[in-house]
Amino acid sequence: MMKPGTIILYTAARFLVPLQLLFSVFLLLRGHNEPGGGFIAGLVAAGAFTLYLFTFGAAVTRDLMRVDPRNLIGIGLFIGMISVFPAAFQGQAFLTAQWWPIMLPGGTELKLSTPLIFDIGVYLTVVGATMTMMIALTEAEER
Amino acid sequence: MQLAVLVIYLAALITPWLFVQHQHRTAYIMALVPAALTIWFATHIPMIAGGEVFIQEYQWIPGLDISLTMVLDGLSLMFALLICGIGTLIVLYAGAYLKGNPAQNRFLVILLAFMGSMLGLVLADNLITLFVFWELTSITSYMLIGFNHQSAEARKAALQGLIVTVAGGLALLCGLVMLASMAGSYSIQEILNTPETLTEHPLFVGMLICLLLGAFTKSAQFPFHFWLPNAMAAPTPVSAYLHSATMVKAGIYLLARLQPELGESGLWTVLLSSFGAMTMLTGAFMAVRSTDLKKLLAYSTIMALGTLTLLIGIGTETAMIAFAAYLLAHSLYKGALFMLAGIVDHEAGSRDVTLLGGLRKNLPLTAILVAVAALSLAGIPPLFGFVAKELLLEAMLDGAFHSFIFVFVMVASIFVVTVASVIALRPFFGAFKAPKAEKDIHEPPKAMLAGPIVLVLLSLVAGVIPGTVGNWVTLPASNAVAGNVVDGYLALWHGLNLPLLLSGISITLGLLLFKYWDTFRNRLKVLDPIIARGPERGYFWFMDAIVWVAEWQTHILQNGSMRNYLRTIVLVFVGLTGYTLISRYQLHWNWDVDLYFHEFITVGILVAAAIAACVTRSRLGSVAAMGAVGFSVALIFILFSAPDLGITQILVETLTVILLVLVLFRLPGFSNVSTTRERIRDAVVALLVGVLIMFLIMITIDVQLFEPISGYMIENSYTLAHGRNIVNVILVDYRALDTLGEIFVLALAAMGVYAMIKFNPATSPGANHYAGTLILEEKKLAEKDIIHSLEEIHQKMLEDQNIISVGAMNNRNSDEDGDEEQETLASSYDEDRDHDDSQAAKRLEDDERGKKDAAQSDEEGKKS
Repeated sequence: MMKPGTIILYTAARFLVPLQLLFSVFLLLRGHNEPGGGFIAGLVAAGAFTLYLFTFGAAVTRDLMRVDPRNLIGIGLFIGMISVFPAAFQGQAFLTAQWWPIMLPGGTELKLSTPLIFDIGVYLTVVGATMTMMIALTEAEER
Repeated sequence: MQLAVLVIYLAALITPWLFVQHQHRTAYIMALVPAALTIWFATHIPMIAGGEVFIQEYQWIPGLDISLTMVLDGLSLMFALLICGIGTLIVLYAGAYLKGNPAQNRFLVILLAFMGSMLGLVLADNLITLFVFWELTSITSYMLIGFNHQSAEARKAALQGLIVTVAGGLALLCGLVMLASMAGSYSIQEILNTPETLTEHPLFVGMLICLLLGAFTKSAQFPFHFWLPNAMAAPTPVSAYLHSATMVKAGIYLLARLQPELGESGLWTVLLSSFGAMTMLTGAFMAVRSTDLKKLLAYSTIMALGTLTLLIGIGTETAMIAFAAYLLAHSLYKGALFMLAGIVDHEAGSRDVTLLGGLRKNLPLTAILVAVAALSLAGIPPLFGFVAKELLLEAMLDGAFHSFIFVFVMVASIFVVTVASVIALRPFFGAFKAPKAEKDIHEPPKAMLAGPIVLVLLSLVAGVIPGTVGNWVTLPASNAVAGNVVDGYLALWHGLNLPLLLSGISITLGLLLFKYWDTFRNRLKVLDPIIARGPERGYFWFMDAIVWVAEWQTHILQNGSMRNYLRTIVLVFVGLTGYTLISRYQLHWNWDVDLYFHEFITVGILVAAAIAACVTRSRLGSVAAMGAVGFSVALIFILFSAPDLGITQILVETLTVILLVLVLFRLPGFSNVSTTRERIRDAVVALLVGVLIMFLIMITIDVQLFEPISGYMIENSYTLAHGRNIVNVILVDYRALDTLGEIFVLALAAMGVYAMIKFNPATSPGANHYAGTLILEEKKLAEKDIIHSLEEIHQKMLEDQNIISVGAMNNRNSDEDGDEEQETLASSYDEDRDHDDSQAAKRLEDDERGKKDAAQSDEEGKKS
């Protein structure tokens, strides 16, 4: 049911995938100030899952993702749309950024905002869309 | 007034729920809505008659000057009363007519939606709003005409009506936009009150033609009249409502509405009079030829619509008085006659007058009603039709060029008398003739008779007291059409004058013609070949031409070859952009550029990889070369300080290469299908694009058309958007709407790829394509293929590499039967095992088939 892989790939994937996923979240969150952002982070995460896909096959990757990538697209678009409305309720134009900075104990400022929500939506959509294609293609290959 | 329209739409919305409980009685409940609105509009009569105009403002899209402002003046009020009043009767009638039809609730929903749209149309003050309602009536009428959608004839008629009216609607939209740009406002009230005359404007002729195309197609004027008789495929309530009193009069309404502003133009007068007269004559002539009751009525409706257009074209005060009176009279008797024709059809089983006769004993009330309504149609006192006809003749005699129009009107009135006699006498007198047995024919239910009774009584009452009706209803409408207060009155008896004499002549001649109707009709058959070459031929020719052009251009542009598409797109791009570049801008050669050594190296790799991708003879090689190109580009991005772009490029490149590798196996073997000449041509095309892009970049560096917005973005990135990474701030804040659109496109693309793979029987044998929904069969794996844990994967991997022999693995499994974890997993799968086995067998078969398909497509690929 799976492609013949090498033991190097198999071992590497088990260590790299969590790191890559973590890195993608890092990229997502720092995106507003440093190179990064939802789109890039989404591609990194998709890359991580693809590595897993190549190593262990589609069924196991689906298992790892827990969410059907198709649903991920929908969730992503939905979250993206959510960020559209807060501004409208304030009487501003759609998509105008809203900021709710929170001071955490220890002097760290947590900048919650609609662009962040939007970025998360982009992230999920990118992961979902890429993985939908990848898994579909792999499954077609495996048959 | 906005509320009035909304109420009807809401009624349409709740109809399906009511229908579940009340079945055909829903119609009787729903009739209350238009009935209440009729009363509400009727309460406005005294004020409107006193010269008041009600305006209710409501903003819709203020930035585009589009509002939902509604205006109630004499003309709107008369139309509103007709729409709601006749609408009430039609809904009642439909309740009984379609009783037991399972699609009746659909019918009521569309009928009410149409009613709301029509009401919105006559009340709207904004040209764009008017257009929206105009198109809504077209769409709802399409669904109503095609109500019996199992019948090919109904579908064809509905489509024809839709195409003709919507094509006209398109022209109308152009006309309305031109009108608004000329007058400087989209509000009809403001346009009518604008002091400057529009006739001198250079756009005037174009605007007028576009407007008239819209109005003429909607109101079935010659040469677009052919769709109306065909639309008789609709159920009778639809014909009675849409094709007598409401929709076809929308075009007339628009003409009447704009008459005060445009009526001064000579062109307006000439076009309206000539097309109106032509339509009138065509309608009357075609009516006399017909034997189907509904066709008779439809053609006489075309005649009436032509008369109304003609009256607007004449444009004198008398003509305006006649216009309003004629419109009211026609709506009353024609609505009644259509409903009665439906009753005859419903009860006797046919609408063909040659197949009917002597029904007066079985349908006494219907016979009387038809007779009275037909008297109004023929214009015989004391009915309102007579008053209207007298005014019409008077207006003709006053008119500017009465000589030839006068002949047309006389011929038409003679024919109409004949038509009226045919409708009133043929089915009801003489020997009994009907497809149904005599004892089965009886009067219809009360709900079906209510409409005709009310309308016929109104015709009669209005004929007896024309002065009152005139003062309260039609004269205010005439005032609105004329744009000033008209001086006139409606009366049954105008004294012994020329119109009365002409009326008498036309009635006598008409009756004479009726006597010899059958012979006359047979004689007219000589003309059949000419009629067959009528405007409808033009319609079919036009439709064929559209299909032919579509086929031709698809053949040229969409021939299925990817390279052809690319070449077309690229060459068009090069042609247009290149032309603009050369004609507008000057190129400055600037070779004075400092390049570092590593930049040379990167560019060198880039060029080498690109060339390698072109000349390589293996797929994998070209994929790798393309990857190298991508990564070099990413390197260049990073070198020129665009890290975000660089990262994105690398990631996209990586995933693209992976995707390509995945599909690589699906592609047919590498083969050279193009000749050397083709390859040289492709190389030239590619070089052209490359050179063009180079020029573009050089010019963007050289020429600055606008102040770059990047300055603003850099300045405000941190202060306004709280982000130091400008690229990301642009993505999620400055241009968030673009990004939103992009992620939707991305989602759609993913769905497209998914569908392409999963809908393909070769790649997805289990897919169920039933009813357009994609239901994937759960993929069943053979027991040996199921992997329960990562540990097992490890085992399998070792096995594949012959580190552990297959036998050893099996032994190991059987040894570990005692292992707790393993056992729970195994048992949970045991439950499904029986099921799985049968599935596995099936899957094997499917696999076989899939492989065969793939092999076949491979071969085909090689051949081509």
